[in-house]
Amino acid sequence: MSARVPVVEHAEHHPGATEYIRIALVLTVITAAEVAVYYVPSLRPVIMPMLMVLSATKFALVVMFYMHLKFDNRLFSGFFIFGLVCAAFMITAFITLFHLLSAPKAF
Amino acid sequence: MEHVAALPAQAHVGETSTGLNSRKVLMWAFLGSDCMLFGSLIGTYLVYRGNYPSGPKPSDVFDIPYTSVSAFALLMSSLAMVLALAAIQRGDIRRLKIWLLCVAGLGLVFIGGQVYEFTTFGSEGLNLTTATFGSSFFTLTGFHGTHVTFGIVWLLMLWMLAARGQMTQARSLDVEIAGLYWHFVDIVWIIIFTVVYLIPAI
Amino acid sequence: MATIAAPVERRGLLARPVAPRGIWAWVTTVDAKQIGILYGATAFIFFLIGGTEALLMRTQLAVPNANVVGPGTFNALFTMHGTTMIFMVVMPLSAAFFNYIVPLQIGARDVAFPRLNAFSYWVFLSGGLLMHFGFLIQQVPDVGWFAYANLTENAFSQRGVDFWVVGLQVLGVGSLAAGFNFLVTIINLRAPGLTLMRMPLFTWTTFITSILIVLAFPVITIALVELMFDRLFGANFFNTANGGDPILWQHLFWVFGHPEVYILILPAMGIVSEIVPVFSRKPLFGYPFMVYAVASIAFLSFTVWAHHMFTTGLGPIAASFFAASTMLIAVPTGIKIFNWISTVYGGSVRLNTPHLFALGFIAMFTIGGLSGVMHASPPVDTQQQDTYFVVAHFHYVLFGGSVLALFGGIYYWFPKITGRFLGEGLGQLNFWLMMIGFNLTFGPMHFLGVDGMPRRIFTYPAEMGWGLWNLVSTIGAYAIGLSVLVFIANVSKSLRAGERAGSDPWDGRTLEWSISSPPPHYNFATIPVVHGRDAFWLEKYPELEGHAAAAPDERRDRTAAHDAGEAHGHIHVPDPSYWPIATAAGILVAGTGVLFAMPLLPVGLFVVLVGVVGWSMEPVNG
Ligand code: HEM
Ligand SMILES: [Cu+2]
Repeated sequence: MSARVPVVEHAEHHPGATEYIRIALVLTVITAAEVAVYYVPSLRPVIMPMLMVLSATKFALVVMFYMHLKFDNRLFSGFFIFGLVCAAFMITAFITLFHLLSAPKAF
Repeated sequence: MEHVAALPAQAHVGETSTGLNSRKVLMWAFLGSDCMLFGSLIGTYLVYRGNYPSGPKPSDVFDIPYTSVSAFALLMSSLAMVLALAAIQRGDIRRLKIWLLCVAGLGLVFIGGQVYEFTTFGSEGLNLTTATFGSSFFTLTGFHGTHVTFGIVWLLMLWMLAARGQMTQARSLDVEIAGLYWHFVDIVWIIIFTVVYLIPAI
Repeated sequence: MATIAAPVERRGLLARPVAPRGIWAWVTTVDAKQIGILYGATAFIFFLIGGTEALLMRTQLAVPNANVVGPGTFNALFTMHGTTMIFMVVMPLSAAFFNYIVPLQIGARDVAFPRLNAFSYWVFLSGGLLMHFGFLIQQVPDVGWFAYANLTENAFSQRGVDFWVVGLQVLGVGSLAAGFNFLVTIINLRAPGLTLMRMPLFTWTTFITSILIVLAFPVITIALVELMFDRLFGANFFNTANGGDPILWQHLFWVFGHPEVYILILPAMGIVSEIVPVFSRKPLFGYPFMVYAVASIAFLSFTVWAHHMFTTGLGPIAASFFAASTMLIAVPTGIKIFNWISTVYGGSVRLNTPHLFALGFIAMFTIGGLSGVMHASPPVDTQQQDTYFVVAHFHYVLFGGSVLALFGGIYYWFPKITGRFLGEGLGQLNFWLMMIGFNLTFGPMHFLGVDGMPRRIFTYPAEMGWGLWNLVSTIGAYAIGLSVLVFIANVSKSLRAGERAGSDPWDGRTLEWSISSPPPHYNFATIPVVHGRDAFWLEKYPELEGHAAAAPDERRDRTAAHDAGEAHGHIHVPDPSYWPIATAAGILVAGTGVLFAMPLLPVGLFVVLVGVVGWSMEPVNG
C-alpha cells in the first residue's frame, strides 16, 4: 500500500436478494426456537447456554451478511470486534465481581 | 516550477489512504464505540439482576409472546433494510422507496410496542424509581428505543430525498451507512431480548 | 480565501460564509490549525484558573491550623482543580497539538471532517462553561474529581454536583467527536507512501489516544446518565435505600478512568518521542517497539481499572488479577523509557528548551511510574490509598509527565505555528523554575503520605509533625506559579518581537518542517510522497540514510511551490461554516436548561436539531 487509492464503493461480492431472504428465514427459525426453549420446562437447567448460543448465532448472521462484515475490509471488523471484546470483558468482569465472587446470591 | 504542475498527487475528494470511504470508517468506529455504551447499560442491568427487594420482579411484568412479536418486527426490518440497499445499488429507486418505508414502518411498530409496554409496566407498578430493576430496565431499553427513533428519522429523511428524486445509484453509500446503523440497533435488541427477557432471573 | 475550481452551487439554510474577517473568522473557522490555536488558548486560560485553585489550596495547607479557606471551599477547590486540569487543560492542550500538528505530519490539508472538528472545540468550550456556571450561584462541585457515589445522591450533596454531571457530560461529547475525527483522519488522510510503520510517533499516539477516547468515553457517559437520573428523576442506581450499589459507580468510573489516564499521557509521550530524536540528531531508538508498546497499552488499559478499588474489598482472586494486569502494563511503559534514553545516548545532543522539557519529562515520569508500580500491589496500596503518597504519584505522572511534555511541545512547535522562536533565555528560566518548583511541591508529598497524611483534608494539627514538608511544598507551588508567569512573559515577548524562525528551525525530521512557518492555510501545495520513516529527514539527507539521492524533482521546495499550486487554483479547502458553533450553542442552551430552567432544555434541543439539519444540507466543498 503506497499510494492514495480512489474509493471503490462496491468491488466485493454481495449476497443477492434470495440469499438475504434465506438468512431471514434462518433468523426467524432461530427466534422461534428461542421462544420455544423458554417454554419447555425440561430445558430449564441448560436454558442459559442454549439461549446464548442461539442469540450469538443471530447476532453473527446479521453482522456477517446484512452488515457485510464477512465481505468487507478487515479494518471494519477490527473496529467492531475490538469494541465488542472490550464490552464483553467489562460485562464478564461485572458479573464475576458482583455475583460470582461476592457473597452468594442467586444469579 | 514546471515540475510542480506535473506532480500527480493532489488530494482529490474521494481519494483516501485506504481506499475506504471516510464516512463509512466513521460509522464503523462509532459502532465499536456504541458497543461500550450498550455494554455499560447491559452491565449495569446485570449487576442488579436478581436483586428485587421491593416492587415487581421481571417475571411479574414480562409478557414474552408480546415482546417476541415486536422483536420479530425489528428483525424483519433488517431484511427490508438490506433489500432497500440492494435496490439502490441496482438503481431501482422505486423499490428503494418501498423498502425504506417498510423499514421505518417496522421500526415504528417496534417503538409503538415499546411505548405500550412501558405504559403497561407503569400501571403494574414498575417505573424508573421503583428499585434498581426499574431504573436499569427503563434506562437500557429507553436508550435502545432512542436509538431506534433516531434511525427512523434518518430513514424517513432518506425516503424524502428519494421521493424528491435526489437519490441515485451513485448515492447508495448513504443508504449503506444508515443501514449499518440500523442493523446495529437490531443486533443490540437481539442481545437485550435474550439477556433481559428470555434468560429467567431466579 | 479558499480557491475553488468551479463555482459551487449554494443551497441550504444559510450560505457558507466566505472569507470572514476578525472574530467571525474564528467563530466560523473549520481550519484545523486555527481550531488548534483556539484549543490551546482556551486550555491555557483554564490552566490559569486551575492553577489559582491549586495555589489557594497550598496556601491553606502551608502551616497547621491555617484559616485561609474553610473546609467547604477546600472541597470545592480540589474538585474543580482536578476536574479542570484533567478535562479542560491536559486533554484540550493535547487536542491543540492533534489539530495543528497531525495533519501536517501526515501530509494532509485538513482533518477528515473539518466541521465536526470545529464542533468538537465549541462543545468543549460549552462543557467548560457549564462546569463553571456553578460559581454564578455559589454551588460549586465539591465531591472530588471522581465523584464517588453515594455522596453524590441528593440526600448527601448540594446542587454543585449537577454542574459537574452536566459539564462533564458535554465535555465528553466534545472529546468523542474529536476522537472519531482523528481516528478517521489518521486512517484515511495519510500522504502516499506514509504506511502505518512510517508514521511519526506523535501521530501514532494520537491514533491510539483516539481509540481510547471512543471506547472509554461511552462508559462515563452512561455512568453520568445514571447519576443524573438518580438526581433528577429519583432513579435508584446508586441509592442504597432502594438496593443501589455505590461500588457500581466506582467500577464504571474507573473502567473509563484508567484509559483516561493514558489519554492524558500518550500524547505527551508522543511529543517527547518527536523532540528527543531531533535534539539528539538520531532516529528514535527502537521505533517498532515504541509503536507496539503504545498499541499494547490500548488493549491493556481496559483490563486494570480495579487497581483504584483495592480497598473496597475485591477479594483475593479479583485483587490478584488486577494487581497482575497493572504490573503488566508497566512493561510497555518501561520499554518506552529505555528507548528514549537510548535515543539520547551517543547522540549529538543540543540542550535547547524543548529538549530540556522532554528530558525532564523522562526523569519525572520514571519516578511517577515507579510509585505507580508500588501501589499496584494491593497490600501496599492499602497503606497508600487516600494518602498524599497517591497525590505525589499522580502529580509525577500528570504534571511531571503530561504538563512538562506539553510545555516542551509548545517550545518545540511555537516557531512552526507563529514563525517566531520563544526566547531561549526565558525558556531555560521557565524550565528550571518549573522543574525545581515541581519537585519541591510534590517530592515531599511522598514523605507526607508515608507519614499518614490523608489527602483531601483542609488542615491538620501541628502535633502531627507534617508542618515542615507542607511548608516546603507550598513554597514549591509558588515557584511553579512564577515559572508560569515567566512563560507568559516569554510568549507575549515573542509574539511581538520574537526572533524569526525559518521553515525548519530545529533541523526537524517530520513533514511539518517541510512547509513554511506559519504554514499556508492549505498546508501543502503539493501533497508530499513519503519514502520512509522521518520523511523530511530522508528528503534532506538521503546520503546520510544510505539512500540514493532523490531525483531532483522530488526534492522540491514545497514552500516555494505553493504559489504555483495556488495559481493552478485547484487546492480544495473547505469553506468556513456557521453550523458547528450553532449546534454547539444548542447543547450549551440545553445544558443550561437542565441546570437552571427546564423550559430551556427543549429550546436547546430544537437548536441542535436545526443545527444538524442545516449542517447536513450545507453544500460540501473540498
Ligand atoms: C506505570 C504505570 C502506572 C501504574 C502502575 C499506576 C498505578 C496506579 C495505581 C495502582 C493507582 C491507585 C492508587 C490509589 O488510589 O490507591 C493510581 C492512581 C492514579 N494514577 Fe496511576 N499508574 C500508572 C501511570 C499513571 C499515568 C500515566 C497517569 C496519568 C497521566 C496516572 C494517573 C493516576 C491518577 C490521576 C491517579 C489517582 C486517581 C485518584 O485517586 O484521584 N497514573 N495509579
Ligand atoms: Cu489506573
